[in-house]
Amino acid sequence: MSPESIPAIEARGLARRFGARWCLRGVSFSVSAGEVVGLTGSNGSGKTTLLRMLSTLLAPSAGSGRVLGHDIVSDADAVRQNIGFLAHTAGLYEDLTAAENLRFAASMYGIKDAGIPEVLKLVGLGTVGDSRVRGFSAGMQRRLALARLVLARPRVLLLDEPYANLDTAGIAMMNEVIRGARDRGGAALLVLHELAPAEGVLNRLETIVAGRIGSPAGVTAGLGEPVGAAT
Amino acid sequence: MSWADDRRRIRAIAWKDITTERRSKAGFNSVVAFAVTSLVLFGFALGPEARALREAAAGTLWIALLFAGVLAFNRSFHVELEGGALDPLLIYPGRRWTIFAGKLLANLAFVGTILAIVVLVSLTLYQVPVPKAWPSVLLVLVLGTVGLVTLGTFYAAMATRTRAREVLLPLLLFPMLVPVLLAAVSASKALLTGDVMHESGAWIRFLLGYDVVFLTATLLVFEKIIEA
Repeated sequence: MSPESIPAIEARGLARRFGARWCLRGVSFSVSAGEVVGLTGSNGSGKTTLLRMLSTLLAPSAGSGRVLGHDIVSDADAVRQNIGFLAHTAGLYEDLTAAENLRFAASMYGIKDAGIPEVLKLVGLGTVGDSRVRGFSAGMQRRLALARLVLARPRVLLLDEPYANLDTAGIAMMNEVIRGARDRGGAALLVLHELAPAEGVLNRLETIVAGRIGSPAGVTAGLGEPVGAAT
Repeated sequence: MSWADDRRRIRAIAWKDITTERRSKAGFNSVVAFAVTSLVLFGFALGPEARALREAAAGTLWIALLFAGVLAFNRSFHVELEGGALDPLLIYPGRRWTIFAGKLLANLAFVGTILAIVVLVSLTLYQVPVPKAWPSVLLVLVLGTVGLVTLGTFYAAMATRTRAREVLLPLLLFPMLVPVLLAAVSASKALLTGDVMHESGAWIRFLLGYDVVFLTATLLVFEKIIEA
């Protein structure tokens, strides 16, 4: 199989159980390189669980998953080297400054010349680089988390509600980062509650219904109206 | 992943934890206040007799350090949970044991500072003269602290994702620390009272063995428990 034909993200019967309750009941889908896929579904349908399994944070109870051909269980570190993950929370250290948070991330990624001032400027935080994150608004924290993604330049993005707390400029920046990953031959999987901010970047939409990939998007998306995936 | 990568990650985590702790201050100050208050209360409980205070000094010092340490260990992983930083920490590429090693170093620095304060207060409060064999006492303090911090950091990681982690940590930790506590108190007491029975050497060797075994074991199994 040539590198181009390997799916960027692939799930085969991925399932996860919490105690006696099955949260995901065997999800199968794939995302090709150069594709941005949205994932919708009602609250508790298992979207975040799926994203956490693909990002190696949660072990599947059954099934398998691959990111750029690397198994999410047996080759987890190779998966981690290629993904950028954004959770509901920004995942920052509030007693460190914005620049220190990025410096820490750069050290952990092994990026030597990170160009932190430039990255901060890029996400609109150039003037608050030396301020502690504790005083940041939710939107500023989200922008800083976005800066962490810019820093790492991952090939595959796994983003949980990426537009939460972002203003119009922030949404545009997020979309720029997603396009960047796509243009580098990567892919992105976005968990979305609102589709409007992702217009223009989405290639396809999948829906999770009761722990399974549901009917084709736009028919049972459950968002009130059919979804036209923008390209 | 090379050793240079591992060293870089360990340094980054230790720096991050120490900086966070230094900035927040509240954590350090309250832990030190707790340790010193414990020593004062033990002093009141033991009474004013100088000899009784001196004999109990080793035990009270280690108990105060143990209690203060539990507060510190809980905090070391709490900082990851506060802003949801544990997920990014686990997603950074690299070997997971480096997270443990980084946190262990930061906790050693933190508990080591508390230890220095607790020792000074103990010497003053319990009227203990500085012993001739102070290098051996120092060795016992270092080995005992390494044992305490190794297991404390490990069990704090284990309890991180549980709801009752503040209660669970001492429940898990204290039984495992009985040997190190026994050895550290016995060795310290022997050295502070002249070591007439020449027993300190055996306790120091025991502490060294304990540290090597548990340091190796915790580094090896950390990946499993943090992923659980």
